[in-house]
Amino acid sequence: MTRKVFILAMVSIFAVGLVFFACGPKGPETIKIGINAPLTGDIPKVGEGTKFAAQMWLADVNAAGGIQVGDKKYKVELVIEDNESKAESAVKANTKLITEDEVLAIVGPQSSKQAVPAGGKANELQTPMISPWSTNPNTTKDRPYIFRGCFLDPFQGPVVAKFVKGEFGFTKAAVLYDVASDYPKGLAEFFKAAWEDLNGPGSVVAFESFTTKDTDFSSQLTKINNSGAEFLFTPQYYNEVALIVQQAHQLGWDKPIVGSDSWGSSETVKLCGKDCYGLFFSTHYAAAGAKGATKEFIDRYKKEHGYVPDDVAALTWDSMRIVQTAIENCGTITGDIKKDRTCVKDALASIKDFDGITGAMTFNADGDPSKCAVIVRISDQGEFEFYKSVCP
Amino acid sequence: MVFFQNLINALQWGSFYALIALGYSMVYSILMLFNFAHGDIFMVGAYIGFGVSTALVSLAAMGAFALPGWLILVLTIIISMFLTSFVGMIVERVGYRPLRDAPRASAAITGLMIGIILETGNLALLGAERVKFPSLIETTTYDLGGVFVTNKKIMIVLVSITLSFALHQFIRRTRWGMAMRAMAFDFAVVPLMGVPLNRMAALTFALGSALAAAAGILFGVAYPVLDPYMGILIGWKAFVAAILGGRGSVVGATLAGFLLGFIEMFVPMIFPSTLRDFIAYTIVLLILVFRPHGFFGEAYSARLRL
Repeated sequence: MTRKVFILAMVSIFAVGLVFFACGPKGPETIKIGINAPLTGDIPKVGEGTKFAAQMWLADVNAAGGIQVGDKKYKVELVIEDNESKAESAVKANTKLITEDEVLAIVGPQSSKQAVPAGGKANELQTPMISPWSTNPNTTKDRPYIFRGCFLDPFQGPVVAKFVKGEFGFTKAAVLYDVASDYPKGLAEFFKAAWEDLNGPGSVVAFESFTTKDTDFSSQLTKINNSGAEFLFTPQYYNEVALIVQQAHQLGWDKPIVGSDSWGSSETVKLCGKDCYGLFFSTHYAAAGAKGATKEFIDRYKKEHGYVPDDVAALTWDSMRIVQTAIENCGTITGDIKKDRTCVKDALASIKDFDGITGAMTFNADGDPSKCAVIVRISDQGEFEFYKSVCP
Repeated sequence: MVFFQNLINALQWGSFYALIALGYSMVYSILMLFNFAHGDIFMVGAYIGFGVSTALVSLAAMGAFALPGWLILVLTIIISMFLTSFVGMIVERVGYRPLRDAPRASAAITGLMIGIILETGNLALLGAERVKFPSLIETTTYDLGGVFVTNKKIMIVLVSITLSFALHQFIRRTRWGMAMRAMAFDFAVVPLMGVPLNRMAALTFALGSALAAAAGILFGVAYPVLDPYMGILIGWKAFVAAILGGRGSVVGATLAGFLLGFIEMFVPMIFPSTLRDFIAYTIVLLILVFRPHGFFGEAYSARLRL
């Protein structure tokens, strides 16, 4: 009896498989795009922003009848996988998307922790992947199939230098950074090099440091105060920003203090208060004071989901549209998934001046975009306000 | 000008070392052990201060009473010192008393364990997010011909000197203080004369923890971002100050705390700030090489001075 059931099961599975196989080679009617996002785990808010932005894009595309490739319109299907904010789950999710779901391209993962290993997998399986938010150089390095939607850490040094020079016309800079942390240290050094390029050697009059966990910066700030510097650049995280800015003001510093995208947390203003009002920092995108397409996106997102989208949602939106552009530029969908993926990769690499809501993008040989940064001013109400956009 | 500015910075920074170092020093003089959880008691004090001041501020906002900010600060300091002294007594009762006859190394390790428990307990309770200490008094900055002083800096230095002085007077002039001095003189014989050892130990921990709480609140006033690991580094450095002052010496711990503040502030005046702690603690090491018992400690004697 049991054997009969078993045989019956085997036969039916085989039959079902046969039916699917028979449907297979007819050429695809839909295009599948994979989303690899941290829906659960440490940063579920990032996953939520990714999902919402991708679904908004999908609604737009399908409302227009699909993606136009050559003379045919293809419906789009999203396959959303949760990577639990873990590196190994992100690799697993990518493998599933590529081998089981047979997606044409992948958008995600967001943080470098997942994007670096998952990017390795996608590159190995020759599937184009674009990480909207990962800023670590290793995500795309020597991986022709991997791209990203944001600028890299080192890029902000020249951007800030250029902004301050153009905005205030200063010639003497001071830098205060954490010598024991990779991100601030790297950025401080990139800034110093860029500033000295613009203003000649010796124009960084104070290059002071501290170590992680320090809370008192008065000796460094006293030195900076007396160095003749016209402004202070401090690429620190929000908790240190609050202490540095407050102590600087208490030591009589009344000149500008400028920061980097690590300032871009709502915690910055919460901890720092009035002392931070009127200061500038560079980042990917600013919600308050946005114009044009950026504003349209923000308003729509806010209406549908009830809150202002953060940079992850905006960068995901841009990445989805870049993938769409690349598929359109491809010309034809052959149905041979391997060939189509390579075609999308080549189309991505040759995109020029893509007009995104987080700035115009052109990919370099590594798959990193050269794009403009946004300078944010912290308004007198403590909001992050778009001030201007600065290009390298 | 730079010199005076650094002098003022150093006075504020040294205040914290001084207040925390007193706790190490007192416990050592009575029980001959270093309470390595002391830095974390400082952290607990700061968080209790955060809780008390937030509660007082919101009560005042609800209209329960109308108090000026400085009065809320004074109340916060007093209530938190009181509450934190119980934390200190509990640490002594649970962590140290059962190990009083155990080897000293075990007791020292206990301190480290208690420190980790306090840090991670706080992490579990309040999460890793930094909390902002409420600003109870407005910062006013005075410009004294290029030297900038704030009302908070003046207050911090005055409060810490006052508390050190009060502790000194307590030990010099009261019966309890006399008992403490006697215990410091001889740990083994004095309890036989009727001085209650357990109560003395509890009192010592309570006093040290209350001072650490005061330091924690003043720290919150000066650097209003609190996190569960804020006590580790400052605890270690205050421990250095306690050793530098001479184990068991109140005056020594206070002065050494300020001295450490001065060294840390003045080193970056001459050298690059990247080398600050490297040079500062090399200087401390050199001092200890030439004065192994610190400034006020006594050489080769069980007798320790309070």
